[in-house]
Amino acid sequence: MRPWKPVMRAVAEDMGLWAYAVINASTPMRSVAGIAGGMVGTVVAGDLAAVASPVDLADYGEDALRRNLEHLPWLEAAARAHHGVIAEAATAGAVVPLRLATVYRTEAGLAGMLVRNRADFHLAFDRIQGRSEWGVKAYAATATVTSRPASQATTELRSERGSGAQYLSQRKARLAASEQARKVAVASARDVHAMLSSVSVATDLHQPQDPQLSGRRDRMIMNGTYLVDDQASSEFTAAVRDAAVGSPALQLELTGPWPPYSFAAVAAEG
Amino acid sequence: MTSGNVVQRGGGTVRGYGSSLARGNEPVNLGDLLERVLDKGLVIAGDIQVNLLDIELLTIKLRLVIASLETAREVGINWWEHDPWLSGNAQQQHLMEENRQLRRRVEALEAGDESRG
Repeated sequence: MRPWKPVMRAVAEDMGLWAYAVINASTPMRSVAGIAGGMVGTVVAGDLAAVASPVDLADYGEDALRRNLEHLPWLEAAARAHHGVIAEAATAGAVVPLRLATVYRTEAGLAGMLVRNRADFHLAFDRIQGRSEWGVKAYAATATVTSRPASQATTELRSERGSGAQYLSQRKARLAASEQARKVAVASARDVHAMLSSVSVATDLHQPQDPQLSGRRDRMIMNGTYLVDDQASSEFTAAVRDAAVGSPALQLELTGPWPPYSFAAVAAEG
Repeated sequence: MTSGNVVQRGGGTVRGYGSSLARGNEPVNLGDLLERVLDKGLVIAGDIQVNLLDIELLTIKLRLVIASLETAREVGINWWEHDPWLSGNAQQQHLMEENRQLRRRVEALEAGDESRG
């Protein structure tokens, strides 16, 4: 495939460049639509290329961006477009994802950033080349947290009428059982994390998500992410399945492969 | 919901979705996506600066809006915030990363000295 390198220097005054990721200059990047439908191209500096697309500064300038980012549907569209381009780039080669909302006024500004941070980008490439990120979330299986069905609890409540002390002591026992179940689940999640770490190059723990965000009622107790050699990806997914079988207190959720978002960070400066 | 690969064996369950490279089947979960594109990814200064403090505020606000942490606190499910293992020790991760980088730079410098001397 012939590397596609469009000319983007003709960026109009009221236009900027939204940067998605940095790739090796030799990696072919298919032209796709990015943020706000702008066609994606590359800005090359030496052996590195930035993947970017033109954006209107009326919507993506400093003030507009700050305002728009507070608007959830706008943010979601931007996040999905940003991710879409990065995922597309990742199908062709190693990719260092940039954080959302990295915008340049000129092609020269973007190229300059590549030159200034060249050493750091190479460090990042050394780390993520030929590797992908996988997410594994562990939920405490509902049955181990809710100690008894609601109907049973209601019956008990009725029979306990008039005996406040008895009710309280039973409630205390239920809370203790639930706390015990949580401890078992946390210990189990710790084992799962250790096991998955042994088949990973690097790991990171994200904050467990709230049920409203995860879309599940079960309590999330681990939100791990793992950098895995692409050659070992089937070994990793098999390890997740084994972990699930060996952890009856947990439900595991596997996502990926992701571009290596969680492992891209190196101390770079503008 | 069509999960990509539901595996169920014994008591364990693996639910998989959101294969973000082989795109098509199921959209990536918004929470999974935002925690990556907002909190992760390489931070470099662009020409258009959205103040980092503002981004922090945004992230906090987002968490309040979509993760509804306030609600979580009210019903007492914020115990993970006090568990350094579960909350992900960001400071330690940062130091480890810095350490790795410094070691590489020292190696590179030493290699340079040897070739000169």
